[in-house]
Amino acid sequence: MPLLSVTDLRTHFHTRSGVYRAVDGVSFSVERGETLGIVGESGSGKSVTCYSIMGLIPQPPGRIEGGSAMFDGVDLLRCSPKVARSIRGKRVSMIFQDPMTSLNPYLRVSEQVIEPLIIHEKISKKEALSRALGMMEAVGINDAGRRIHFYPHEFSGGMRQRVMIAMALVTRPELLIADEPTTALDVTVQAQILELIRRLQRELGMAVIFVTHDLGVVAGLCDNVQVMYGGRIMETAGARALFHSPMHPYTRGLQRSIPALQPKGQELFTIPGLPPDVSKPMPGCAFAPRCGFVLDKCTAARPELEESAPGHAHACIRARAGEIKVA
Amino acid sequence: MTGPAQDPPGNILELRDVRTYFPIHSGFLVKKHVGDVRAVDGVTLSVRQGEVLGLVGESGCGKSTLARTILQLVPTTGGAVVLNGRNLGEASRAEMLACRRDLQMIFQDPYASLNPRMTVHATLAEPLLVHGICGPSGVRAHVDELMRVVGLAPRFARKYPHEFSGGQRQRIAIARALALRPKIIIADEPVSALDVSIQAQILNLLSQLCREMNLSLVFIAHDLSVVRHISDRVAVMYLGKIVELGPAADVIDRPRHPYTRALVSAIPVPDPDIERSRQRIVLAGDPPSPINPPAGCAFHPRCPHAIERCKQAVPPLVPAGPGLEAACIRLGEIG
Repeated sequence: MPLLSVTDLRTHFHTRSGVYRAVDGVSFSVERGETLGIVGESGSGKSVTCYSIMGLIPQPPGRIEGGSAMFDGVDLLRCSPKVARSIRGKRVSMIFQDPMTSLNPYLRVSEQVIEPLIIHEKISKKEALSRALGMMEAVGINDAGRRIHFYPHEFSGGMRQRVMIAMALVTRPELLIADEPTTALDVTVQAQILELIRRLQRELGMAVIFVTHDLGVVAGLCDNVQVMYGGRIMETAGARALFHSPMHPYTRGLQRSIPALQPKGQELFTIPGLPPDVSKPMPGCAFAPRCGFVLDKCTAARPELEESAPGHAHACIRARAGEIKVA
Repeated sequence: MTGPAQDPPGNILELRDVRTYFPIHSGFLVKKHVGDVRAVDGVTLSVRQGEVLGLVGESGCGKSTLARTILQLVPTTGGAVVLNGRNLGEASRAEMLACRRDLQMIFQDPYASLNPRMTVHATLAEPLLVHGICGPSGVRAHVDELMRVVGLAPRFARKYPHEFSGGQRQRIAIARALALRPKIIIADEPVSALDVSIQAQILNLLSQLCREMNLSLVFIAHDLSVVRHISDRVAVMYLGKIVELGPAADVIDRPRHPYTRALVSAIPVPDPDIERSRQRIVLAGDPPSPINPPAGCAFHPRCPHAIERCKQAVPPLVPAGPGLEAACIRLGEIG
């Protein structure tokens, strides 16, 4: 049984200017110890998916319209707040993009790192401090014994991100949700943080959902990758399969837009048009308006995500019919 | 659109030992000068006509301050910024105003750099009228032309910035920079706020404009793959100094300086096979503070090749190959 299994998750935002279908029928599962990458551009619904699982969607305007997220037998979307609180921060933790806004500037780091332990494990402050200290050392903060009593502003960006990781991992969660944890960091610091997540995952045996827009980060870190667009999953596959034999035109388009993979001086491949407006109904494929292979049947009905090979699923009816080959 | 044929393209912009320090004061009633943030610390560079120069480095290395120094948006502490043979530091107000026509800037965040209360038309018309490029009657045609050049339909001229997407806004910002037909544009992280698919569109537009208008571009970014793609030459900055300078493909594919090597090795490669098998140089620690830079080579505390000699003197840029310079005293030894 998978550790987390999300089925037909739909999270919509009801605003004065209409209903935004930020996540519109997303299903996936994460096994214990697995690393799942969720890739997509801004507005693709990748963060809202994570926030929904964590119960962090502001309601209103947000509303979870349907679906389930079973974590070890408990539906995180429907369980009582008490049960949710006992899981969140203990067995499932999350780290965010911007460590400056997600740490409390008024509290010493020590207070923030021991908080989950005090709440979930009911241990003494002294014991909690010693475990927090161990975690701070594990995430590579030198001189942790002194620095644990610093305030967040006394740390650099990379160090703050380490503090946040320490805070998320101090309870030894089974699942870590990382929402663009390295996007705000420099590449050299990003390399350190990715290395750290890789190492801690091995040591703690936890599963990781890694949300990013950077295909490069996914390539090195993830076992499986799913590509999101317009609140839906376009393609999901093992990392190698996704990079070497993508099936969906959007996945291929994303890949081809990266300058690193194109010969220098040549014009870059671009996906024409703009990201979808999720407040408008999309009867067919969300990518159809920008797709180079679009036919009438693509806009007629919404394509389902179906497996084309074991572990490789995509939502393109033309690729499934064998009419196009994008790789 | 290209001008008359001219044999070797001259330098449009020269920086000679440019230094920009920000003083630090302490004391409440009597301010005492206690030190400086050496944001830009002795940069010598030149940009040829029609050339794209990429400027890379981590946050805090001084690349944005260098951009602002070139535009004289911050006072220079020392050295000279020479545009078209004219030293901007010594230019009078009137001369500076004239120079600004040749020197334009594109900022990172098109949400912040466009006035939300001005329509696209007003934004683009303002520089045209201020600098007398055209009279009020000709503005419409000029604005339409500018919008077409950057790939926006002129019928959107009466819209406000909030009605556009990020990529479209960046196009407006580019149109505004082009309005005065500048000779050189400084673009400070122009694509880092954009999604990958949109980023590619803007990069293509910038390359095409440089080619067609024989425009020079200083392209500042932290994403090396983007810089490699668009630039002719690349300068790598670390703590206010240039540590490596040379042809883009050379610097990024075969970096000489240990810092450039680490920087290149830190970029994740979008291919699982390569990414999982390659040797990565993971630097320890963060960049040091520019208030109190380490003695000698500023990179030595993080450098895997550092020896005692590296702490003694600031290494100068020395030739390291055809058209290539690097500031490391151990270039020959580390291979």
